[in-house]
Amino acid sequence: MSNDDISIETTRHIAYLARLALDESEVREYAGQLSAILEHAEDIASLDLDGVAPMRHTLSVVNIMRDDEVRPSLDREEVLASAPDAQASMFLVPKIVGEE
Amino acid sequence: MSDAQFVEMSAVDIAAGVRSGAFSAVEVVTAHLKQIESYDHEVKAFVTQMSDRALEAARAVDEKRARGEELGALAGVPVALKDNMAYRGVETTCSSKILRGWIPPYTATVVERLEAAGAIAIGKTNLDEFAMGSSTENSAFFPTRNPIDLNRVPGGSSGGSAASVAARFAPIAIGSDTGGSIRQPASLCGVVGVKPTYGLVSRYGLIAFASSLDQIGPFARSVEDSSLVLDVISGHDERDSTSLSGRSYDHQASDGGIEGLRVGVITEMMDGLSDSVNKALAQAIESLRSMGALVDEVSVPAAKFGLTAYYLIAPAEASSNLARFDGVRYGLRVEGKDMNETYELTRGQGFGPEVKRRIMLGTYALSAGYYDALYGKAQKVRTLIANDFDAAYSNYDVLISATSPTVAFEFNAKSDPLSMYMSDVCTIPSNLAGHPAMSVPFAGDEDGLPIGIQVLAPSFGESVMFKVASALEAAAKYRAVPQWASTEK
Repeated sequence: MSNDDISIETTRHIAYLARLALDESEVREYAGQLSAILEHAEDIASLDLDGVAPMRHTLSVVNIMRDDEVRPSLDREEVLASAPDAQASMFLVPKIVGEE
Repeated sequence: MSDAQFVEMSAVDIAAGVRSGAFSAVEVVTAHLKQIESYDHEVKAFVTQMSDRALEAARAVDEKRARGEELGALAGVPVALKDNMAYRGVETTCSSKILRGWIPPYTATVVERLEAAGAIAIGKTNLDEFAMGSSTENSAFFPTRNPIDLNRVPGGSSGGSAASVAARFAPIAIGSDTGGSIRQPASLCGVVGVKPTYGLVSRYGLIAFASSLDQIGPFARSVEDSSLVLDVISGHDERDSTSLSGRSYDHQASDGGIEGLRVGVITEMMDGLSDSVNKALAQAIESLRSMGALVDEVSVPAAKFGLTAYYLIAPAEASSNLARFDGVRYGLRVEGKDMNETYELTRGQGFGPEVKRRIMLGTYALSAGYYDALYGKAQKVRTLIANDFDAAYSNYDVLISATSPTVAFEFNAKSDPLSMYMSDVCTIPSNLAGHPAMSVPFAGDEDGLPIGIQVLAPSFGESVMFKVASALEAAAKYRAVPQWASTEK
């Protein structure tokens, strides 16, 4: 972890990774705010955590299995009724494979 | 029985009256709908009201009784639902533009259990968008106002649920708590709010924010009502693999006896409290001592790193969970020149500022080069916090603290994200450890604004937690009253 402020360029890259279209004022705002929030996070940077196991969740369970049996799933038409676009029992999306 | 009496009644008394036939579910629901009609234009607790369905459901309960059938533990009891719980056929929005118009094809398990017990869903309540916030100001639609003082926030993120109970729109409500989103608004609105042990209540149908932290729990105006609701909603659900089998909570009427119980006051949470909150905590300690509890200060050293760990872990999980809002299967789509641009425009326009901020923060914390230093380190801090709690619980039955460092604040008072995050400093550690914790209204400040005391317990320690909360409730001389019902104002 470093004290370095998060650059405008890094902020744009993070927005791309997160698939968020941000305008220029948002990019500037988030660059500053993320820097401030991460500066606050400096308090754990100096902790010696070697040998401490990370906790991903608080349960002692590992895998949960159920019987592989056929049972009803959600109603297809009801699900598709809330989709932005649907056709022939499928979600319809803009063209993914380009022509060029 | 008058409408005014119905809206003041506890869930326990409503269910008893409906079961015995002293009054009907339709009468109860009608009184609450009138209360909503009279005051929700000021409070704005609801995103969606369910009046017609509620009356229909109430009639069904009354007909069931007329046929001589057995009625459930919450027969005829109106319940308000945070609008991040799916309800089949009723718009569910998370108070976000990106989900507006979504009609879920399924119902959350908690809602099914409440309805099976005879409870009547009366509406979907406002929240900070995707449950990210501590004031309900981050709702994409409108802020909710605190019924006790309409110029102040109700807290958040479950602000609409807390406000609906405080405003007597319903005796009980359901919220979700990722870092304090039930307890903090409960404290600010003067009601009881419970975050159960992680894994005690099914999350099926709760729209995920941070899956390893999210837990559903009740709001009520009494500890007994909140305990009854937890009994109804707890227990294993095969549709949520993190809901533990063989674990449920049994409601028992609490007899209050706390003599000899060992109560630790968390040292790290005594700093930074406002004067009135500090005073209330001191009074709570005195009350518990006078009832025979053994009260001492105890240090939970790693708790002071809770806020930092939380604001890396929760956004990291959120950035992953919220990837599903891509304009394909539900909600908003803003079409771009290709699929990538469609994702970007949809998410850029559909999410509000706080949600985008947390997605950015989480994406950064998980990105190559920062994962170990940020997310990885936060997960290790989480282990430290859990270990320090374990050490404290080897000497104490429960721990207490203030729920919120301050009383309800005014709108736009915390425009800097970090200062808003500080609102959750006392509540976050329980989520990181997976432990239960609740807020019980205990005192009022000089202006009559509510102050809650937080009771924390080890995993599955709900019974002792409720016992201590009941004792505090019995000792409290304060009762939160809506602004319109208060004669002083």
